[in-house]
Amino acid sequence: MFRNALLLALREIRRNVLRSALTTLGIVIGVAAVITMVTIGNGATAQVTADIASLGTNLLQVRPGQGFPGHGGSRSSAPPFEVKDADAIADLSGVAAAAPTASQSVQAIYGNLNRTTTVTGSSNAFLVTRNWRLEAGRSFGEGEVRAGKSVCIVGATVRKELFGGQNPLGENIRLGKLACEVIGILSPKGQSGFGTDQDDFVLVPLRAFQRRIAGNTAVRLIFVSAGDGVATEKVKADIERLMRERRRIAGNLEDDFNVRDMQEIVGALTGTTRVLTALLGAVAAVSLLVGGIGIMNIMLVSVTERTREIGIRLAIGALEREVLMQFLVEASVLSSFGGLAGIALGLGAAAGGARLLEVPFLPDPGIVVLAFGFSTAVGLVFGFFPARRAARLDPIEALRHE
Amino acid sequence: MTAPGGAHPPLVALDGVTRVYGAGHVAMWALHGIDLTIGRGEFIAVMGPSGSGKSTCMNILGCLDTPTGGTYRFGGADVGALSRDQRARLRRHYLGFVFQGFNLLSRTTALENVELPLIYRGMSANRRHARARRALEAVGLEGWAHHTPAELSGGQQQRVAIARAIVTEPALLLADEPTGNLDSARGHEIMELLTGFNREQGLTIVMVTHESDIAAYAGRVIHFRDGRVTDDAPAHGGA
Repeated sequence: MFRNALLLALREIRRNVLRSALTTLGIVIGVAAVITMVTIGNGATAQVTADIASLGTNLLQVRPGQGFPGHGGSRSSAPPFEVKDADAIADLSGVAAAAPTASQSVQAIYGNLNRTTTVTGSSNAFLVTRNWRLEAGRSFGEGEVRAGKSVCIVGATVRKELFGGQNPLGENIRLGKLACEVIGILSPKGQSGFGTDQDDFVLVPLRAFQRRIAGNTAVRLIFVSAGDGVATEKVKADIERLMRERRRIAGNLEDDFNVRDMQEIVGALTGTTRVLTALLGAVAAVSLLVGGIGIMNIMLVSVTERTREIGIRLAIGALEREVLMQFLVEASVLSSFGGLAGIALGLGAAAGGARLLEVPFLPDPGIVVLAFGFSTAVGLVFGFFPARRAARLDPIEALRHE
Repeated sequence: MTAPGGAHPPLVALDGVTRVYGAGHVAMWALHGIDLTIGRGEFIAVMGPSGSGKSTCMNILGCLDTPTGGTYRFGGADVGALSRDQRARLRRHYLGFVFQGFNLLSRTTALENVELPLIYRGMSANRRHARARRALEAVGLEGWAHHTPAELSGGQQQRVAIARAIVTEPALLLADEPTGNLDSARGHEIMELLTGFNREQGLTIVMVTHESDIAAYAGRVIHFRDGRVTDDAPAHGGA
């Protein structure tokens, strides 16, 4: 009986190619939308995770004030840190390095070229904690950091913008009031998970930054890297205890600084992209549902349109359940075919979109199976009512129908 | 159910069959007690004005409808006692229909139209094709198997419909004004075809018609008026 129903349903679909194609269109779009959204979302999540991992997973950030770190330093009125705070943190057991840091946006000038970039004042510990590698040149000397010498290390973007193909080592650039000699070039890291260019900065000794650029001794951020095999939770707790002591916070008061490890930041960011992916997926699922309702509508219309045909079938001896089966098979063949077309379209669009957005293309077999199963189920569920209506027609009435 | 091939009961026996639409004051009596016996191999023409009950009677004979009162025995089986599915099976195995408006599936080839009843019988593809082709040959359309109804003339379409009706080798062929939509030359060709099946294969035919020259092909003519049989006699110029 099922083979007969399949044969009859396929003949019916072939007989009405245009109607069948239109019926399927809603499902194709729905499935394609779900797969595209979720695949690109997965790619973006993976991209963010990979970017953050490139910062170093044993990294902690210590900032004055409370709240999630934003760009441009603390937004609260809590007092900034001092260099001595970073030194104290560096002396904790389990801490590999601690880099006191301050940054400001400054115009960098070389010859007749200029670029507004970020100047960061710190020490060699900055390179250690943030996983920076030198492509050429050298890092700061011990004395250069202590004395705040006018030397700098440039990121790949600054190097490209100001020097082009020329070798910048030994050249002098101006950073606002500070003229400094380029002693090192960093290997490029590319875009961060925040969408900013990580290579667009110049590193100078903290003391030089404080004297010539910031005009104060505020340290807005301390990067800390935990030693190999040391739990970041333990280091975090130690830093919190130390800083409460150094900043003389009474036992019943809240911290006026915060310590975050990358695990938290990774979690927060990937959580955000996951929520976005789920949201887009939900929107796409609604379009899949609408596609299903489209199938139901067209099937219902076609029952009316095909009343005579159903009458003929019933007159020549088709059973009620055979007509029901035929219509059900028609609906599910259409929707599963639509599902397959949607998968192809969705994966294609996702591959194109991933390339455009420069995120990895990560098709998820689970979502493909889910979308296909859902589309078939939609066809069965929404195909059922029109099918039942068709099967229950009175053959005499149906034959009389014009 | 006794097979209609059995020897004793007549193929069709209507006994006091009534058909009433609605109930109470608005009741409409379409048939007022019809007694009718049809034997195997008969060719019967049913005549009568519109509303005389002949279509209702055909629907009952075709097991598409059931009597309100009285009994309809088909090959000895009481059709009134059968379920919807059982009546569908009876149509599938023992009845063939030819309609005035042909009622072929559009955009479907002649061969596929003729195959349709065999699909519902669950016949394998090879046997199905062979039988459908033979049926098309029998109606003189061997070269037209892959044409759709839109590509066929009215007379050819009715031949396809007849091929679809006889492909199952039914016990009874019911034809509702089979020549009503055709010009008289085409109509007579169709009648020659039906008469041939009746004479050569002993096919039992009940045919509704308005035209007496078409009715003349039958061996027996039954007249309906106001839900009753008013005349039942051998045809004048018939077989």
